[in-house]
Amino acid sequence: MSTVTPATAASAESAHAPAELDEPAPVFVARDSRTEQIVKILIPTVMLAALVALWAWYVKAYEVPHYILPSPWRVAESLIKDWGTLSAALLITLKITFTALGMALVGGVGLAILMSQSRWVELALYPYAVILQVTPIVAIAPLILIYAPTTQSALLICAWLVAFFPVLSNTTQGLKSTDHNLLNLFEMYGANRWQTLIHLKLPSALPYFLAGLRIAGGLALIAAVVAEFAAGSAGAQSGLAYRLLESQFRLNIPRLFAALILLSVTGVIIFAMTSVVSHLLLRKWHESALKREN
Amino acid sequence: MTIDPAQAVSSDAHASASRPLVSLRGISKVFSNGTTALQNMSMDIRQGEFISLLGPSGCGKSTVLRIIAGLGDPSSGTIEWPTSNHDASGKALPEISFVFQEPTLMPWATVFNNVWLPLRLKGISKQAARDRVLEALEMVGLEKFAEAYPRELSGGMKMRVSIARALVTRPKLLLMDEPFAALDEITRFKLNNDLLHLWEKFGWTVIFVTHSVFESVYLSNRIVVMAARPGRVVNDMAVDAPYPRDEDFRTSSIYNDYCKDASLALHSAMGANDHL
Repeated sequence: MSTVTPATAASAESAHAPAELDEPAPVFVARDSRTEQIVKILIPTVMLAALVALWAWYVKAYEVPHYILPSPWRVAESLIKDWGTLSAALLITLKITFTALGMALVGGVGLAILMSQSRWVELALYPYAVILQVTPIVAIAPLILIYAPTTQSALLICAWLVAFFPVLSNTTQGLKSTDHNLLNLFEMYGANRWQTLIHLKLPSALPYFLAGLRIAGGLALIAAVVAEFAAGSAGAQSGLAYRLLESQFRLNIPRLFAALILLSVTGVIIFAMTSVVSHLLLRKWHESALKREN
Repeated sequence: MTIDPAQAVSSDAHASASRPLVSLRGISKVFSNGTTALQNMSMDIRQGEFISLLGPSGCGKSTVLRIIAGLGDPSSGTIEWPTSNHDASGKALPEISFVFQEPTLMPWATVFNNVWLPLRLKGISKQAARDRVLEALEMVGLEKFAEAYPRELSGGMKMRVSIARALVTRPKLLLMDEPFAALDEITRFKLNNDLLHLWEKFGWTVIFVTHSVFESVYLSNRIVVMAARPGRVVNDMAVDAPYPRDEDFRTSSIYNDYCKDASLALHSAMGANDHL
């Protein structure tokens, strides 16, 4: 048989090549239109302004004393005036939250991979992960406070315990949900465990992991606050939760509101960050990140 | 006496052609729930054949394919690969590829990376695999879509990618499990033709599972009819119509005769113990 030169192969191909003409052109997802972008920003902004205006009007119209409900201006004033104390506390809270989240990601994904590789490990460890999750953190906090070397590390452990489970359980579920046909395919092409994990199981678990990350991000902050309430730490190392309690004791309600706003904003930023990460990683291929067009 | 080189070559070629590529010897498969998916199946698959396994659902045709592919062991019986290489432990290393009913593409990977996969798992770098991947994509007419993601493609195009992935390893045996069953008829006819062209050009052996009489007659030169409960072979017929086959063949009387024969074989097999 004569060898087929690329040129003849190409021409033979094109003679009966399955031209893509008769198949629908690929559907590329359309970007948001300009107006939709504007509306997306405009509506929440207007809503926020309306709510603040309502709040300001209510305080003024009904002459609510500032130690019950301060006006938005007093809260803003307190935010600026006490920024030194509040920002230091915010930094502590952020440090605990993000360290705990980072540790939860490493621990949760690591343990999920370990459990997916060995049924024995799963049987041995999963029940304890569940027990740690279902026991209310406030109830374990006093014990942790006794055992942990410093208050900071106790807070960190509490926040980690809470954030860890969603990452673990979602990633485990994702690793188990790999398409069976793709698993067969990998087996047929002689893929080893490592290749199957890297090229198949981890990418297909990614959407599950990211859902876990979004939950864990919010929970890490909540746990950091709850743990600090339980620990009742004070002094230079105290976070926003302590400042909140302190403001309540001193009836410094504007500062309490300021601390509360900082916590909310932190939570929103964490949520937005995890959403952006999720979107960037999935936008090319996963249904959840695609715009539906009908 | 001088040996005519041409004759030597031809007799050699004949010898390898007469040795089957795969031999199934008394293959049975019983699932853990007690269902006999396959009972005592024996057949030889010769090099260059285009075999269709035709039968109703539950006749074990997909099970045969999976066993040949090495996905799951038979409960009894053996598979021999007389012409394939074997590893040190005597395990056959057949050069096979599998096309599933679903395209079975990795949604997170581009078309290029999906087709690269079999080579990547063998440790071939993207750069080294580039030419072969693009060649495989060209065979199925998708060379312009290398950087697209599977979701951007139509059902037929996804199936083409799946076929390109099967071809990139240059297999000797191509196993296809109802690959076009989920496609519309127009796309299916087109892919039938494209598959035949590629087969004629490259001369692999194909085992094609289908439940369509028409598809099996159009494509294959041998049809193995199977029946269910228990899964078994009831007929093994040759389709002696010349290739290349095209739309004219689809409307010819010889095509119709073969379709009639195959339908009869299928229905007599189903009639025996099937009252569904």
